[in-house]
Amino acid sequence: MIEALFARYNYVVFALLLGIGLYIVIDDENLVKKVIGLNVFQTGIFLFFITVAVQDGAEPAVTSTGEGTFVNPLPHVLILTAIVVGVSLTALALALVVRIHEEYGSIREDVVVEVLERD
Amino acid sequence: MIEPAVGIELASILVVVVPILAAVIPIAFGRLSEWVGVGTALAATAVQAVLAGVLAWTTLSDGEEIVTEIGGYGPSQGGIALVVDGMSALVVALIGVAGLAVAVASLDDRRRDTFYSLYLLLVAGLAGVCVTGDVFNLYVFLEISGLAAYALIASDGTGRSALAALKYLIMGTVGASLYLIGVGYAYVSTGYLNMRDLAPALAEAGYTDPLVLAAFAFVAAGLAIKIALFPVHTWQPDAYTTAPDRVTALIAALVSTTAAYALARLSLTVFTVEFFAANPVVQQVLLAVAATSVVAGSLLAVLQSRVKRMLAYSSVSQFGLVVVGIALLEGPALVGAVVHLIGHAIVKGGLFLGVAAFAGAYGVTTVEEYDGLGERAPYASAAFAVLALALVGVPPTVGFVGKLYVAIGAVEAGAWPLVAVIVASTVLTLGYVLRLLERIYFTDPAPDRAARAAADGGPGGGSEGGPVGLSGRPVSRRRSAGRAIVAVTVAAAIAAVVLGFAGAGIESLLEPTVSTLLDN
Repeated sequence: MIEALFARYNYVVFALLLGIGLYIVIDDENLVKKVIGLNVFQTGIFLFFITVAVQDGAEPAVTSTGEGTFVNPLPHVLILTAIVVGVSLTALALALVVRIHEEYGSIREDVVVEVLERD
Repeated sequence: MIEPAVGIELASILVVVVPILAAVIPIAFGRLSEWVGVGTALAATAVQAVLAGVLAWTTLSDGEEIVTEIGGYGPSQGGIALVVDGMSALVVALIGVAGLAVAVASLDDRRRDTFYSLYLLLVAGLAGVCVTGDVFNLYVFLEISGLAAYALIASDGTGRSALAALKYLIMGTVGASLYLIGVGYAYVSTGYLNMRDLAPALAEAGYTDPLVLAAFAFVAAGLAIKIALFPVHTWQPDAYTTAPDRVTALIAALVSTTAAYALARLSLTVFTVEFFAANPVVQQVLLAVAATSVVAGSLLAVLQSRVKRMLAYSSVSQFGLVVVGIALLEGPALVGAVVHLIGHAIVKGGLFLGVAAFAGAYGVTTVEEYDGLGERAPYASAAFAVLALALVGVPPTVGFVGKLYVAIGAVEAGAWPLVAVIVASTVLTLGYVLRLLERIYFTDPAPDRAARAAADGGPGGGSEGGPVGLSGRPVSRRRSAGRAIVAVTVAAAIAAVVLGFAGAGIESLLEPTVSTLLDN
C-alpha cells in the first residue's frame, strides 16, 4: 500500500494540493489567501493532467523524428489553456479584492461582513 | 458523413465568433462616439439572434444534427467539432434573443465601453457552451462566460457587488475545476474528449468502472455549483441581488440555464441513459439533490423581503425542477425540462427587468415598497403580474407547460414523492407571488409615498415615460420607467403566454431531439 503510494507520488501530491487548496479557500478569512488557495487547487489539477501524459523513453512530439514513440501532447495543450484561464481568474479576483479594500479598508472577510452588517 | 449546406455550418461557428470579435470593438473604438459601445452590443446580439434562429429552424425542422469540424481536423487528429442539435439550437436561440432583448432594455442605462465588451463575451461564451461537441472546449467556454459574468456583476463598482462577485468567482472556479477533473478522469479512462467518441468509449471502459463513476460525480458536482442547486447555491442570491438590475436580468435568464444545458448534454450525450441504468444510485442522488433544491429554494424565497433576493431563491427552486426533468430520463420529463429551461429564462429575465424598471423609476426594492405600483406603472405591473403567474405555473403560460411535462414524466416513472415535491413547490411559489401581487394591486401606497408621487406629477403610466437620462449610473428616483425596458418586459410577458399556448406544438417539435438523446 505504502509502496504503491510512493511509486505514484504525483497522484498523492495531486490529491494533497486539491485538499490544501480547497481548505484555504473555505477556511481562511483573508481574501487574498482565498485566491491563493484557489490557485493551489487549480495547480493540483494541472499536475494531474501532466502526470497522466508522462511516458518513459518517449520523445517530445514537436522534436519527434517520427520513429519510436512520442509523448501525447494533448494534455499539455489542455493545461496551457487551463493556465491561461487560471491567470485571468486570478487577475479578476485580485481586482475585486482591491475594490473591496478600497470600500471597506480590509481584505479580511469577517471584517468586511462586520462593516456590512453595521450599515 | 453528412454534407450540410455551407451556410448552416458557418452559422454554428459565427454564433460564437461574431460576439467575440465584436467584443473588441467597444474597447478599440469606444472613444470615437458614445454610440459605439451600445451600438456594437445591439448589432452583434442581433446578428447572433438571427444566426441562432436559422440554426434552430434548421435543426428542429429536419431533426438533423449540424456537425462542424473546425479546421477540417477529425476527432482522431484531436480536432474540435461543433455539434448543434435541437436542444442546443433552442438554447442558443434563447441566448441570442435574450441578449438582444436585455441590450434593448438597457438603452436608457448607458455604461462604459468595457461593459459592452463583457456583455458580448458573456453571450459568446454561453453560445459556445451550447454549440461545442468537445468536453474540454465546453470547460473553456464555461470559464469565458464565467469571467464575463463575475466582472459584469461587479460593474457598478460598489463594495457589496465586488464581494458578491468574488464569492461567485471563487465558487464558480471551484465548480469549473471540479468539472475539469471529471473531464480529466473521462479522458484518462478513454483517451477521447469529443462527446460523440466519448459515449461509446465510456461504455467500453465500463459504466461501473470507478474512474468513470468518479468522472461523472466530478462533472455533476461542478455543474451543480454553476447551476446553483441547493446546497451549493450560496453564491447566487448575493450575486443576483447586488448586480446592476439589468445585468441580473441577463444573468438570471442565461447563465444557470446554460449550465443546466451542459449537465443535460453531459448526462445524456456523453454518459448516456445506459450509464444511469447501470448505476441507479447515481440517478437517485441526482433526483434527491434536485428535489431538495426545489423545496429549499421555494422555502427560502418565501422568507425574503427584498424582491431581487426572493426571485433569486426562486431560481434555485426552478432549476431544481429542470434537473428533476433531466434526471428522470423520460421523454415527457425531458421535454418538460427543455421547455422549463427556456420558459424560466424568459419569465425570470422579464421579472428582473420589471424589478429594474420599478427600481429605476420609483427606487423600490422590497416587497413592502411595492404598494400600489399597479396604479403608478400599469403596463410594467401588468407584465410583471403575468410573468409572476407564469413563474407559479398558471395555465396558459409557458411555466405551466414545463411543469406539466415534468410532472407527467414523474407520474410515468412512478416517482410519486417527486410529484408531491412539484405540487408543494407550486403552492409555496404561489405564496410569495401572491404576496407581491397583493402589494402591487390591492394595497394603497403608504401616505408619504403617495404624497411624493403626487408631487412628482401624479401616477405616471410606464408607457408615458419621458426620455431618460443617459448617465452611467442608474438614477434612483425617476417619475416613470423608461419605455424600452417596459416594452421588453411586456414582450417577455407576451412570449410567456404565447409559448404557453404553443405547448403541444413544442412537444412534437422537440420529439425527434429528445428521442435521440434518450436512445443513444
